[in-house]
Amino acid sequence: MSNEAVLHAPTTTITHHHDAHADHGHEHHHHETFITKYVFSQDHKMIAKQFLITGMVWAVLGGLMSVLFRLQLGYPDAKFPWLQDLLGKFWVEDGKITAQAYYALVTTHGTVLVFFVLTAGLSGTFANFLIPLQIGARDMASPFMNMLSYWFFFAASCVMLSSLFVETGPFSGGWTAYPPLSALGQASPGSKTGMDLWLIAMALFVVSSLLGGLNYIATVLNMRTKGMSMTRMPLTIWALFFTAVLGVLSFPVLFSGFILLIFDRNFGTSFYLSDLYVNGVTLPNEGGSAILFQHLFWFLGHPEVYIILLPAMGMVSEILSTNARKPIFGYIAMIGSLFAIAILAFLVWAHHMFVTGLNPFLGSIFVLLTLLIAVPSAIKVFNWLTTLWRGNIRFTPGMLFAIGFVSLFISGGLTGIWLGNSALDIHLHDTYFVIAHFHIVMGVASMFGMFAGVYHWYPKMYGRYLNNTLAYTHFWITLIGAYLIFWPMHYQGLAGMPRRYYDYSIWESFKQFAELNRFISTVAMVVFATQLLFLFNFFYSIFKGRKVTNQNPWGSTTLEWTAPIRPGHGNWPGEIPEVHRWAYDYGKDGRDFVPQTEPVGANESHH
Amino acid sequence: MSTLTTATVPTKWWSGGKSPFNVEYGKLMMWYFLMSDAFTFGAFLIAYGTVRFSTNGWPDPNHVFKSYPFASESTFAPLVFVSIMTFILIISSVTMVLAVKAGQEMNKRKVVVNLILTIIGGLAFLSCQAWEWNHLHHEGAWWGHNPFLNADGTQSTTNFTNFFFTITGFHGFHVFSGVIINIIMLIMTLNGVFEKRGHYLMIEKAGLYWHFVDLVWVFVFTCFYLI
Repeated sequence: MSNEAVLHAPTTTITHHHDAHADHGHEHHHHETFITKYVFSQDHKMIAKQFLITGMVWAVLGGLMSVLFRLQLGYPDAKFPWLQDLLGKFWVEDGKITAQAYYALVTTHGTVLVFFVLTAGLSGTFANFLIPLQIGARDMASPFMNMLSYWFFFAASCVMLSSLFVETGPFSGGWTAYPPLSALGQASPGSKTGMDLWLIAMALFVVSSLLGGLNYIATVLNMRTKGMSMTRMPLTIWALFFTAVLGVLSFPVLFSGFILLIFDRNFGTSFYLSDLYVNGVTLPNEGGSAILFQHLFWFLGHPEVYIILLPAMGMVSEILSTNARKPIFGYIAMIGSLFAIAILAFLVWAHHMFVTGLNPFLGSIFVLLTLLIAVPSAIKVFNWLTTLWRGNIRFTPGMLFAIGFVSLFISGGLTGIWLGNSALDIHLHDTYFVIAHFHIVMGVASMFGMFAGVYHWYPKMYGRYLNNTLAYTHFWITLIGAYLIFWPMHYQGLAGMPRRYYDYSIWESFKQFAELNRFISTVAMVVFATQLLFLFNFFYSIFKGRKVTNQNPWGSTTLEWTAPIRPGHGNWPGEIPEVHRWAYDYGKDGRDFVPQTEPVGANESHH
Repeated sequence: MSTLTTATVPTKWWSGGKSPFNVEYGKLMMWYFLMSDAFTFGAFLIAYGTVRFSTNGWPDPNHVFKSYPFASESTFAPLVFVSIMTFILIISSVTMVLAVKAGQEMNKRKVVVNLILTIIGGLAFLSCQAWEWNHLHHEGAWWGHNPFLNADGTQSTTNFTNFFFTITGFHGFHVFSGVIINIIMLIMTLNGVFEKRGHYLMIEKAGLYWHFVDLVWVFVFTCFYLI
């Protein structure tokens, strides 16, 4: 049989139907058990929910960790004996969070939020949920690999979680895991078993991300329904596609770096080690380079921030356009800027290393490339703003979070221009300015993108609505809180306050910030508590939320809203819809919106 | 905009409903996986290059890889053995191509013969590597131990052996998994799985992987044995 004939065969057996898609649909009518439906599910929608809920569990744990270390930073003299009863002596001694625990908390908070929440929880959820539904496919290209992707993530989660319970504590050398601290067990208690578990968890995570990414790419390229050309795809799909490409090409480099680190830790090599003394003992290692690890790490590490950001950008574009009842402004420019960001993401990693002794000439090239990212970013911001401009805006909770994303992306993006300059970086590197910058632009902004996505697609996920009052409360406190937490950190950073210190009250230069630190910590606790509102809303509404009765509650043009309110495995009961137009025909020829499935009329205007 | 372009463009490879590259998803995934794996090896080799470039001296490969099985201690046959290894691996790529071609012709017997030859080639390569590792180990080389002197006679860095064993080991692991994949393909062919399916696409995908592993060896070979 020719190559042509086996195209699109979603299962391993070749069918003689012309439309293998349609055939795939009724394969799943057989009885599903609890295990195949909820646990080892191969339905992309269920896998998406698994990623989302696991991500939420990690978000709570990671957020709780930040509350704990903010407790130390805000109240360095206070004692919390009840915390000691709760957490045990490793974490809290004499009512004070120990220094070792503090570093473990900071490290795990970073690792968990960056990888488990904002990578797996964000693109794992929405790539799985939206790609097949929005491009008109029955499921992912390989549902089985998709299932494996989740379970590798689950295994990574278990290993990472178990590292919190080992005697010497979890890894405590920072989420970037720079050697020699991460390579030498004798250097710190956290670099012992905790670090081994950290590495195993991250290796499993890389496998999960690779399995998922390959699937997303293959699905977007191969499984689009008839008429869904690349330039008719919603921007969510474009963003998730570039995210997957970034992941597939950058995680393997991190993986290589980790393998070399594992050898340095366990097999007596010196890839990253040279001329070291630990506790007065001279180590035999010679000839390695600690900077080498930083290159390998940041070759992933920088694309990683776009892996986190791009899905949020895509969803925000979609939600803004839908709720402004206007076509997205500059659709092709949006794709072009996503593409430019994806390319530049690979060419800027050394801006994390300006002060490591990098050749200043090389540094200047990385300054140029880094500042170039401002161009596509600005294109996106202006397109979002012009999409909102004179729109007929509906302030749904999803829309509010999308607008919040734009606000945060602008605020955090502008400080990126400061940090991208190698000369300014001499002063600003490793200060709270950096913390403020990346938390706003990447952390909180992507979190907002994720919330926007959850609020917007929740009716599609569970066939019920979230409670709006709780959602609005959640939004306003989180937005104001995020600015109150991170805005003051810019001033602390400009004053030279370094990150990762255990106690600033003993430094004459930073005593002035004692009250500010207490203020930040207080707001952090309030914001964390507010997230519990969201959690309650989320889980309560799954069972008790108002039922969705309208197949297309937001009046959207995209394909997921042509599927039944509670789509089964296979998404569309009959034929897969055919697409006749792009995804952004809002407010066209006097009509509120025109779905993608509607053929172009004879007298229709061009947009 | 988009409605206009699709109406006027004659070929509709990208307009949905079919694969733009005329391949099924598995082959597409394999290509992307290979790109990903190329980055893994690329990172290893660049790391190796970086460290070697910043090191003062390095052993001369002609004096390290100079033996072959059953040779006397004083034999000086630089790179002879590794050339044979490389030759074996490249020939196994040829037999893999023949297996893929036989699959496209739906010739089961020819697929089986060529797959067996490929598996033998892979196993032969792995055996050669095992002998070489063992030989070097007996000379005192291992992770963290480097008995060889620099080309100028000075003490050499252990990173020579560290990188050699890590990267050739990682490559050898790829060859090993390739052999396992080929064995599975052989069993599936013998059971007539592909004949029932009506195509031997799985063999093509295994072939892509096998050629990639060969290609990587060319780079590993160049970096460790030639320069």
